[in-house]
Amino acid sequence: MAQVESMAHSMARPDWRARFARQSEAIIIPLSALVLGLAGFALFLFVQGKSPVQFFQLVWLGGFGTGFSWQNTLSRAAPLLLAGLCVAIPARLGLVVIGGEGAIVMGGVAAGAAAIVLSGLWAPFGIVAMAAAGALAGALWIGAVGALRHWRGVNETISSLLLAYIAIALMNHLVEGPLRDPASLNKPSTPTIDAALAVGKMPWPNVHWGRLTGVFACILTWILLERTAWGFAARMAGSNLRAAQVQGLPVGALILGFTAFAGCLAGLAGYFEVAAVHGSANASLAAGYGYSGILVAFLARHNPLAIIPVALLLAGFEASSGLLQRRMGLPDASVLVLQGFVFVAILASEAVYGRLRLFSPERWSRA
Amino acid sequence: MRPSSRLLTPTRRLFLQSTAAVTGLAALGSLPAGKAHAANVTVGFIYVGPKDDFGYNQAHAEGAAAVRSIPGVTIIEEENVAETVDVQNTMESMIQFDGASLIFPTSFGYFDPHILTVAQRHPDVRFQHCGGLWSADRHPENVGSYFGYIGMGQYLNGIAAGHATRSKRIGFVAAKPIPQVLLNINSFLLGARSVDPEIICQVIFTGEWSMSVREAEATNALADQGCDVITCHVDGPKVVMETAAARDCFVCGYHADQSALAPEKYLTGAEWNWAQVYTSMVTAHLAGEAIPNFVRGGLADDFIKMSPFGPAVTESAQGQIADTKAKILAGGYAVIQGPLNDNKGNQIAAAGQNFEETDVALESMDYLVEGVIGSIS
Repeated sequence: MAQVESMAHSMARPDWRARFARQSEAIIIPLSALVLGLAGFALFLFVQGKSPVQFFQLVWLGGFGTGFSWQNTLSRAAPLLLAGLCVAIPARLGLVVIGGEGAIVMGGVAAGAAAIVLSGLWAPFGIVAMAAAGALAGALWIGAVGALRHWRGVNETISSLLLAYIAIALMNHLVEGPLRDPASLNKPSTPTIDAALAVGKMPWPNVHWGRLTGVFACILTWILLERTAWGFAARMAGSNLRAAQVQGLPVGALILGFTAFAGCLAGLAGYFEVAAVHGSANASLAAGYGYSGILVAFLARHNPLAIIPVALLLAGFEASSGLLQRRMGLPDASVLVLQGFVFVAILASEAVYGRLRLFSPERWSRA
Repeated sequence: MRPSSRLLTPTRRLFLQSTAAVTGLAALGSLPAGKAHAANVTVGFIYVGPKDDFGYNQAHAEGAAAVRSIPGVTIIEEENVAETVDVQNTMESMIQFDGASLIFPTSFGYFDPHILTVAQRHPDVRFQHCGGLWSADRHPENVGSYFGYIGMGQYLNGIAAGHATRSKRIGFVAAKPIPQVLLNINSFLLGARSVDPEIICQVIFTGEWSMSVREAEATNALADQGCDVITCHVDGPKVVMETAAARDCFVCGYHADQSALAPEKYLTGAEWNWAQVYTSMVTAHLAGEAIPNFVRGGLADDFIKMSPFGPAVTESAQGQIADTKAKILAGGYAVIQGPLNDNKGNQIAAAGQNFEETDVALESMDYLVEGVIGSIS
């Protein structure tokens, strides 16, 4: 016991430079990787005979340069936040869940179906119940991935991906069959939701409330993962499953709970698509947000707080894609290539952590 | 607000430009100042897929390319825009950054709620949607919609197929069982049956507007079942055309001209003629005239056209197609003619009952006619 105390003592001792060095590693390395990725892409553009300077000017203008650009970026970031969390939360347990798309789609369909029953009821109740329906459907969908993993040993990456295809097929069946609004002739959809159930825009910026919900979800998830016993237990189980089991941690409950919570957030993303954007559930729900969320979560290194700026950055890239097409004649895929460069650079930077003496506390703690 | 309001209340730049132009022209004395419409308009086109997809989007992009040559018109385009908040942002961006005053969001799914949302915010910008959904009592006045009776083109395709088939089985790769697609399938078979009433048509639904893998599988499955003429209604017919031709089937095109993909096997095709439609709409907009909110047209109105005949189309086939085309051009032609049953045995048209090309009942079609093998549910 005394030994532990003296260790804690010496840990607390290092001066501010050491602490700063350790903490700055987590910021400087991904930022440098981002800059390197952008530089790599600039070189690529230059070789292709396009101006990298004009490219970055347009990305700035389209993504962040004007009030409208911010609105554009923020509206695109809204679903990415929740979709990113759907990947980052199970990642804490060492689970690679890449099928958030399925939970978004099922959440949207459940919300659209719930709206049929809820229309005309007291609006606050209706809104909460509709959101709950979306969240529950998402929770069941990704929770099923956790259950398959825990009880049957099915690989969660594969099962979540395949379940996403099943979700899209199920959605098509439901909106083209039992849930179809007979008036939606050439674009099969569920009936348009009651105006009282629709989610409006925030006063500022002019983006729906799902954006703010996403930010809150990121902060709450960070608290859950970093400041609670559950988060600590999940990290232990993620690092070493056997050790966690030997310690008597409820590994099964953790897996089910975390996957269900992740799915619940993705389901909420689907709910917002229906309640705030489309006004009904239809095939547009499968817009690929779930897959963009994988990129967001990996770039944020599964840190819920880092998801907020990363989602903004990727959304800004996407917001500028139209201007790039129109002004520079670049193909639509150029933003994907840019994202690819950044993704590879950030993944490669994983290898650098702990290897640079610049960031090692020992270098700074002893004079 | 009238669509021409931008011309009536010009921005400062527009004012300076037009003033300068008018002054210049007046000084030259070449034109009366009143006629000098120096107003430059920016027209935006938005596509749901790639604009070189040999299909739906390429047809629209060809229309946009025709508009480009009109003096005073600047074209801006964006492809691969999803039917989500993305398209709302794209429309806003075209208005805010490029000053677009006329926008053609060309995908069906852009209309509700996306165009309706943005149109409310910009009453001085005109939105022209392809799909024909606009109704005066429910939708804003600065939104218009247009569509064409392309089922007639599939009927003519069917005649070409009826002459070419040896197995008396023809095939149709379809995206979704919605009225527009069902009308095309039924028209294709009925065209073929006007040649030989024993012909049957096998249909496979892929469930998606654009999913190459399933389109290839469906085409192969049709060829395996003995279909020797294949057409389709998906966004990009490229995969279907190439796969079918590789399986030694004849093909009929759809949306755009796909003859380059299968020069020997291509019979003919039902194509959109957006170049004509867009040129007349943009010209009206440029002149400050109102574009009608609701426009429909068929072969007679140059909304659709047929691809040139391929080498395999016989003279008798060409003759029958020309005769039928003449009847369609004369107006009032009905593909769905009674007595006719659906493929489950229910009567859809009694003897003497005809559904003409323009009949609104066709727009809620929910059946496959007898002779089509397939199910919509």
